[in-house]
Amino acid sequence: MRLINRHPGRVSAILLGLLPFLLIMLIYSLASQQRLADNPNDKLLPGLEQMTAAVDRMAFQEDRRSGNYLMWEDTAASLKRLGMGVGIAASLALVVGLLNGILPLVRANLAPLVSALSMVPPLAILPILFIVFGLGELSKVMLIVIGTAPVMMRDVAQRVRELPGEQLIKIQTLGANSWQVITRMALPQTLPRLIDSVRLSLGPAWLFLIAAEAIASTEGLGYRIFLVRRYLAMDVILPYVIWITILAIVIDQILRFANRKLFPWYNAGGH
Amino acid sequence: MSFITVNNLWKEYGDQVVLENLNLSVKQGEFCTLVGASGCGKSTFLKMLLGQEAQTRGDLLLDGTAFPAEPDRNRGIVFQRYSVFPHLTVRQNVLMGLELEQKPLLGKLFGSARKEALARVDAMLESVGLSPSANKWPHELSGGMQQRLAIAQSLIMRPRVLLLDEPFGALDPGIRSDMHKLLLKLWQETGTTIFMVTHDLKEGFYLGTRLLVFDKTRHDPHSPNAYGATITYDLPIGQTDRTVLEHIDHSVSKTARYQAA
Repeated sequence: MRLINRHPGRVSAILLGLLPFLLIMLIYSLASQQRLADNPNDKLLPGLEQMTAAVDRMAFQEDRRSGNYLMWEDTAASLKRLGMGVGIAASLALVVGLLNGILPLVRANLAPLVSALSMVPPLAILPILFIVFGLGELSKVMLIVIGTAPVMMRDVAQRVRELPGEQLIKIQTLGANSWQVITRMALPQTLPRLIDSVRLSLGPAWLFLIAAEAIASTEGLGYRIFLVRRYLAMDVILPYVIWITILAIVIDQILRFANRKLFPWYNAGGH
Repeated sequence: MSFITVNNLWKEYGDQVVLENLNLSVKQGEFCTLVGASGCGKSTFLKMLLGQEAQTRGDLLLDGTAFPAEPDRNRGIVFQRYSVFPHLTVRQNVLMGLELEQKPLLGKLFGSARKEALARVDAMLESVGLSPSANKWPHELSGGMQQRLAIAQSLIMRPRVLLLDEPFGALDPGIRSDMHKLLLKLWQETGTTIFMVTHDLKEGFYLGTRLLVFDKTRHDPHSPNAYGATITYDLPIGQTDRTVLEHIDHSVSKTARYQAA
């Protein structure tokens, strides 16, 4: 049988998927053991013991100086920034994308600007944001907004334009005015597509969040990672990276689930 | 005075002449079937009736005044596909037009107004045979049922003209004949003027009251776009015999071969 026609069974598919993870863990633990055997104080490849101790210290014991549980404090601060940034960006994307997609006059007026903005490297204007908005929360949220909104605007506008032209004609023959075309045809069909777009933008959003926190912040997941880097504290950095990854996966899956529940017609091939 | 009047109508795209010198007069309540080879302008003519395209020259009059330049609630349309809204259930799809008409801002009906509208919707669904599927999503319907829904959605607005662009082209033959019966029934009940474009000559030959054949009378092999199509036959249905059908079939096939070449 040709290789392209050979499909794994259910169990073997799961095992095949797990294999790379297990391999990485195995290689890591072998290397870590090797280094710790040579030098028990090695910081570069901490073992499971050191990492659980670090997580225990960061997440389940009060910080001696501030009296806070640092890992939860960092998580709350980061998620708040991420949520605000992505929320604002998604709202902007919905409004601008919808109008760009459905009104030719607005499209002629705004589409070139949106295209140009989406080409600006967001990190290059981070200093401007710090100068204009100061070093507080606003500049970090704005970086996420500026980094993700233009791409989402273009995406949403494209999705709106992909709605079948027949529908656009049909709703006009039912007497719809432009406002009704937007609110009753384009908007409801754009919402699930917006959620898809947000899911794709979460990767860049995390990138901008960590970058902003690394440069100017007093708490947050990105701040912590860059802070403890000074002490080569890999036992903190690695669990933090894994934690961020888990958060990203959970948020992505929540959005996917919400999309399925809220828009049953969309996910059953009804578009 | 005739209901729809077409006077010396021309449609050109640059050098390409699609329709030339079209003349037609249609009475209210007529059911016209438009047939012809592909590329002979029957869909273009339908789009002009709809307001989606404008003519290059000539007049297109509804009750003596020019057709509005954009689609409106007086002209219903059913396309071959994508005529229904995937994000609304069957019932909501038919309700849509009534809501849009009564609520320009919200586009939604509530309370007793909604109840009244829904009673009309359910009666309409009953007459197209979709009552059992009233709460389904369009993607759960077969192709034939989706077309029934599209027709119901248009007819509830009581349009003055109903335009059908190859509405049954994607359906199985058995389903198609059911749809013919349904369409004739609805046409008799509502008295709407209908224009239907079809590829199927036989369909055009017994459905409705009038057959319009779009064909090219002149062919220039060196410049296939130099001449446009016009109405070559305008026949009342029921008074035609087999020879005429064969003749039309032969002529249309010849044009189709020219187009292909």
